[in-house]
Amino acid sequence: MKIVVCVKHVPDAAADRAFTEDCTTDRASVDSLLSELDEYAVEQALRIAESGDADAEICYLTVGPDDARDALRKALAMGGDSAIHVSDDDIEGSDAFGTSLVLARAIERHGFDLVLCGMASTDGTMGVVPAMLAERLRVPAVTHLEELTVEDGAVSGRREGDGASVRVQGALPAVVSVTDRSGDARYPSFKGIMAAKKKPVETLDLADLGIDPAQVGFSGARSAVGATARRPPRTQGEIVVDDGAGGAALAAFLTAKKFI
Amino acid sequence: MPEILVLVEHTGGAVRKPTLELLTLARRLGEPSAVLLGPGADSASETLGRYGAHKVYVVDAPEVGEFLVTPAVDALTQIAERTGPAAILLPSGPDGKETAARVALRLDAGLITDAVDVTAGPDGPVTEQSAFAATYQVTAHVTRGVPVITVKPNAAAPEPAPVTPVVEKQDVTFGPDSTAVRVLSRTRRERGDRPELTEADIVVSGGRGVNGDFAVIEHVADALGAAVGASRAAVDAGWYPHSHQVGQTGTQVSPQLYVAAGISGAIQHRAGMQTSKTIVAVNKDADAPIFELADHGVVGDLFEVLPQLVAEIEHRRS
Repeated sequence: MKIVVCVKHVPDAAADRAFTEDCTTDRASVDSLLSELDEYAVEQALRIAESGDADAEICYLTVGPDDARDALRKALAMGGDSAIHVSDDDIEGSDAFGTSLVLARAIERHGFDLVLCGMASTDGTMGVVPAMLAERLRVPAVTHLEELTVEDGAVSGRREGDGASVRVQGALPAVVSVTDRSGDARYPSFKGIMAAKKKPVETLDLADLGIDPAQVGFSGARSAVGATARRPPRTQGEIVVDDGAGGAALAAFLTAKKFI
Repeated sequence: MPEILVLVEHTGGAVRKPTLELLTLARRLGEPSAVLLGPGADSASETLGRYGAHKVYVVDAPEVGEFLVTPAVDALTQIAERTGPAAILLPSGPDGKETAARVALRLDAGLITDAVDVTAGPDGPVTEQSAFAATYQVTAHVTRGVPVITVKPNAAAPEPAPVTPVVEKQDVTFGPDSTAVRVLSRTRRERGDRPELTEADIVVSGGRGVNGDFAVIEHVADALGAAVGASRAAVDAGWYPHSHQVGQTGTQVSPQLYVAAGISGAIQHRAGMQTSKTIVAVNKDADAPIFELADHGVVGDLFEVLPQLVAEIEHRRS
């Protein structure tokens, strides 16, 4: 089974992230790493391969500038076989439509039975790329899974949707996204880190994928950001140390604010 | 007046509050038309009309319940092609966002997700969103095709604008994609008497500091008529269900009042609650980062502070 795991190199969510003047993510001001939510997709791919599918072949795919390779190396250090890095200056400024187009063409070129994604990136947080990939690849989208099983040519699992817990099933080939509840991701071992250096990473550009640059980047984007503004930090209010009347003081505050 | 399509979130015709918020926002852009998928048109149409839906397009086909997301995509796309709306608004849950993404692709249109406000602009709707764990505010607009916009709960207060809606049954052709992912079973989450987390005006959350005893949190929630939330640490410890997790990867809430008890305030938690209007924190640790956000904070033992708060609330109300 051919598994493609889509991963993204994102600014560290624990750092103070910012926008640049052209309203894109400022990648220079903070360190970037493999999106935490993508690690769960990597983990699920490895578990599928380990659970007895000896023919499973795991390929990681990312779209981004040169340093996005770091995300691929991290994933390869966790396990897996190979990686594809799509990099092209014209991709800069792509929205989810441009990104999903590039990913879909690269996935088609590589071939796939299963595409695994995280539920969302930790930078853009839209969570729409998996659905767009399924739409472009014309395969089922089995998304937002907290638990999944791949057997007999189908993927099934549990999804915590809007107000309900839903069990779903779709035939392979399919696009699957997993949440942070799907199972803790492993840490790369020293052996894994050393092995990752020898695993093949293929680099492709838009021409290799037959994509017209006008379809991606700023020119292909279907929405525009008008302005970005840092929200003023919240001003700290009154902090009292409980001397036996802390609950009463809290009640007085809530009464003054008309919550009681 | 241009027509604005609103995808209705409902259970058997019981319309959820975020849909009323969408109708309220839609009226700023044009004349709202509700798209109702599944059974319950009679009771739903009454509610939808009360909040300004001039039309209710009804697609009551079995595919809607039997398969995941894609029947809604076929329905909404085909209704949009027939009606030529000026915008399409959907709720920002997982289903709404996926539906929106696929509809936008099929209509060759632009998409904005997780709007916290929508206003009319010279070139169509202008949205406001939060970014980077709510440290940034972003405005945006769609530059191609009919704007498809998903809106987070609590983006607007629902305002009634009664009309008698025209209810129209719509036939939809479901393509092969629509039957790709079968729903094997669906278990609605028990909500009890408390309001739903995403919709509540007040949320009371517990974290590591509650030590497994959420009763103290529930007492405060019930005294205030609030929903119960939990930090990831509390959920991971198995003290409260994941559906109540507030944070970047849980539910993001923006209530009038957020009470954080025994929660230190890690960045992932703050990302899910720091747009709350008023924030109150109770924590033993005076250095907990949650106090940086708090409008009122109590450094103390939540098992002493919260019961006293509940007693005070009952006393003040009696």
